[in-house]
Amino acid sequence: MAEFWTSYLWPLIIMVAQSVLLLVILLVAIAYILLADRKIWAAVQIRRGPNVVGPWGLLQSFADLLKFVLKEPTIPAAANKGVFLLAPLVTCVLALAAWAVIPVDIGWVIADINVGILYIFAISSLMVYGVIMAGWASNSKYPFLAALRSAAQMVSYEVSIGFVIITVLLCVGSLRITDIVEAQNTRFGLFGWYWLPLFPMFVVFFVSALAETNRPPFDLVEAESELVAGFMVEYGSTPYMMFMLGEYVAIATMCAMTTILFMGGWLPPIPYPPFTWVPGVVWFVGKAFFVFFMFAMVKAFVPRYRYDQLMRLGWKVFLPLSLAMVAIVAAVLQFAGLAPK
Amino acid sequence: MILAALFFYLFAGVCVASAFMVIAAKNPVHSVLFLILAFVSASGLFVLLGAEFLAMILIVVYVGAVAVLFLFVVMMLDVDFAELRQGFLNYLPVGALIGALVLVELLLVVGAWVIGAGVPKTITAPIPPMDAITNTEALGLVLYTRYVYYFQAAGIVLLVAMVGAIVLTLQHRARVKRQDMAAQVRRTKAEAMEVVKVRSGQGLT
Amino acid sequence: MSPIVEMPALLPALPEILLVVGAMALLMVGAYRENSVQLVNGCAFALLVLAALVVYALPSGRIVTFGGGFVLDDFARVLKILTLAGSAATIALARDYQAAERQEKFEFAILILLSTTGMLMLISAADLIALYLGLELMSLALYVVAASNRDSIRSTEAGLKYFVLGALSSGMLLYGASLIYGFTGTVNFAGIAKAAGQGGLGLTFGLVFLFAGFCFKVSAVPFHMWTPDVYEGAPTPVTAFFASAPKIAAIAIFVRAPITAFPEITPQWQQIVVFVSIASMVLGAFAAIGQRNIKRLMAYSAIGHMGFALIGLAAATPEGVQGVIVYMGIYLAMTLGTFACILSMRTSHGLVENISDLAGLARTKPGMAFFLATMMFSLAGIPPLAGFFAKYFVFLAAIKAGLYALAVIGVLASVVGAYYYLLIVKVMYFDEAAEPFERMPGLLKVVTGVTGIFVLLFFVYPAPLVSAAAAAAKSLF
Repeated sequence: MAEFWTSYLWPLIIMVAQSVLLLVILLVAIAYILLADRKIWAAVQIRRGPNVVGPWGLLQSFADLLKFVLKEPTIPAAANKGVFLLAPLVTCVLALAAWAVIPVDIGWVIADINVGILYIFAISSLMVYGVIMAGWASNSKYPFLAALRSAAQMVSYEVSIGFVIITVLLCVGSLRITDIVEAQNTRFGLFGWYWLPLFPMFVVFFVSALAETNRPPFDLVEAESELVAGFMVEYGSTPYMMFMLGEYVAIATMCAMTTILFMGGWLPPIPYPPFTWVPGVVWFVGKAFFVFFMFAMVKAFVPRYRYDQLMRLGWKVFLPLSLAMVAIVAAVLQFAGLAPK
Repeated sequence: MILAALFFYLFAGVCVASAFMVIAAKNPVHSVLFLILAFVSASGLFVLLGAEFLAMILIVVYVGAVAVLFLFVVMMLDVDFAELRQGFLNYLPVGALIGALVLVELLLVVGAWVIGAGVPKTITAPIPPMDAITNTEALGLVLYTRYVYYFQAAGIVLLVAMVGAIVLTLQHRARVKRQDMAAQVRRTKAEAMEVVKVRSGQGLT
Repeated sequence: MSPIVEMPALLPALPEILLVVGAMALLMVGAYRENSVQLVNGCAFALLVLAALVVYALPSGRIVTFGGGFVLDDFARVLKILTLAGSAATIALARDYQAAERQEKFEFAILILLSTTGMLMLISAADLIALYLGLELMSLALYVVAASNRDSIRSTEAGLKYFVLGALSSGMLLYGASLIYGFTGTVNFAGIAKAAGQGGLGLTFGLVFLFAGFCFKVSAVPFHMWTPDVYEGAPTPVTAFFASAPKIAAIAIFVRAPITAFPEITPQWQQIVVFVSIASMVLGAFAAIGQRNIKRLMAYSAIGHMGFALIGLAAATPEGVQGVIVYMGIYLAMTLGTFACILSMRTSHGLVENISDLAGLARTKPGMAFFLATMMFSLAGIPPLAGFFAKYFVFLAAIKAGLYALAVIGVLASVVGAYYYLLIVKVMYFDEAAEPFERMPGLLKVVTGVTGIFVLLFFVYPAPLVSAAAAAAKSLF
């Protein structure tokens, strides 16, 4: 019994506790990211944004949450009920699952698996199912059109994201996320992070991340001007909130991923004291929030792409560019003798 | 090991059950969704085997890309399974016969499962040792060297599939206006614009 | 660096590499250059000829590379050269057809090139994975070219039918391969041969499934159903291609796999081959009688001829294999010559395909009628034409191996088969003249002439093909 306790139950309890802690922190962070998004948008347009609930509107997201939860969920009569309810769950659960492997500091991670970056990539490639299922199950034209569009959009940009990840992996020589961050730990600090040596890929990744998370200017999934609200037309109350939550968690994941791949994760920008005294998690959160700030700014001032332009950008610009970069980076590493190991 | 066994039965059970539902589901979209579930459970089994790279690639490639397109097509086609089942009974005897034959064969094969004395010697050990190297690295080491022939051959098969799909479906439509961004950007003020002074009340001539 | 990660030798696969790289380069040319069809066709032809020269020039002897998955021996050399000749002739045959039918697509030549690469890989395959990849590369390109005339319902039907049935047969082949792997623990032919003695029932089942896949590719009974429809529906140059190069590659692996991987259980697979051979010969002979469409007729003729060729395999001796190779070489010439004539059956209304359209050809086009009649006599196996020698070698091998019944049935089937070949000759020489055909394009004349002279004069100087086949057969045992 004692052995059972030490070798099974205790690690299980620790793991569950870690997960719950992460979830709580993440959800609170998401509440404020959402608020920040709206505030930044408002500031660009010289508005005030939410400012009524709580001081400076700080409790706005929680009020929204309560409102959504307390409303009655409606399910359209012709909808495919099971899939209709499964879709928001899938979106939300998948988005949260990605955080299992994201380290916010050395060792501050639930599971530091060998193929961490592939795991995130796999999870983010599954995110499209929430949208497709919702669009199909609603049994209504706008959601269906949105689902088709977004399936094509997300699959297209996944390809270039994959290639960008490969270029980074070529430089690192490992798929473990901790190794990816540690590989950027050079004496050049800020300038040794991969955003500089792999600069075109950094841009490609950022733009692809916008497209992958259906953020403006690539929010053709919702496209309220043409598709009313896309795949979410038929949703309300808690299911709708779960979509929103999933979407913002996915955005946070992408910010974290950008931080890890290109901005040195938890590493300080200048690898000397006093910067090294600051805990890594602060740097990590700061960088991730900086990326999110860019996401929000893009939303505020870039007009929405037309669908064919979006596809053109993905297939005719990013794909050849990233493919060429994979070849170039591999060649440079090989012939300059910089390849890991 | 209890935990691993528990997860094995979970994934294996879900995998088999959802594989069954793929053929049993009335709605084709549900079939595809069950197929996806089967893939995900299979990748869970891969993780349990210690083949985490394969597990992730299975999800990225099959679930994230292939099944999406599959779902896409099934949703658009609007297949009526009830109609398809009309002819079901006609073909049932033949189908049942073939199914029974394959089943008997499988049973025979399983029943006759004797590994010959010399066989274990021919089985090559996994290279290099599993604990010395992650399986991503192990795959990478042999994929482009020892197995380069198969790897390249598979690549060419895919190239043929791509060329074939394009040959059979691409249609060059005339009179379709396409956006040429380079041409748009190349336009200069001089060629795109003409400033005309219009005197009031006279209009352009 | 451990020995595992050493780079294997690439030289033995030089022809394949050449074809693939060339095909990709031509793909770029075709995609980015307007009106490049003739250029791509010409280059593809040159590439195939070059590859044949490279095959000829490669160092002699038996070379194994890619971890035992690829073997280059005399058997592979001879059959590769035959295959490349078949593909090159197809591209020559297709040129005027494409121009006349307004189907000028540069992808055609590229798919032929890639398919040919698959065939070469198949011929050299020395393990089950290489076998499957080669087979799939070959067939996938064939499915596409079968449907390449996508505005024609018959062509798309042919492509689809071929694809669905082909996928089924690939599935069976894979199932068989997995059984064989399961019972022997290896995919390598040499390794399987070592372990085959103890394989038992499971191994035999695997072999049966493997043979099912092969039979489909060579269009032997009972997996021949696709042949008439696909031959009839596909554009005629594509049919000519189906009848020539892929058959050689498929027969090559049909011979190589059982002889190198299953020598221990020869009696078991021998009876399967005997059955397949008899069934194909008989069906080919009887089912062709009622045909009106000459492409359909050629399909049944192909089924029958595959039956004859398999007699050599049934013997399972070096003489038998030699017979198979000689048979395939001569069959290649006969079938290409015949299709060159079929492609010239063009009246003012376009291409015609019925046997009745050939009526009185001897009066309107004596030259074409003569060559077509030669081909028909040869296909029927009438001495002293080449077709007779092809049959002679396989029957001889069968008798030497003690398969008397098989040889007798073969002779009887060829007598029945002679009826419909001679019927065509009768229609050409003794019937009232139908609408005359248009002038025969120059390239078709060349193909008809070369194959016709080969068929006519084979008996004068048979040594090159026969001795090469003998050397090739020896390299397998």
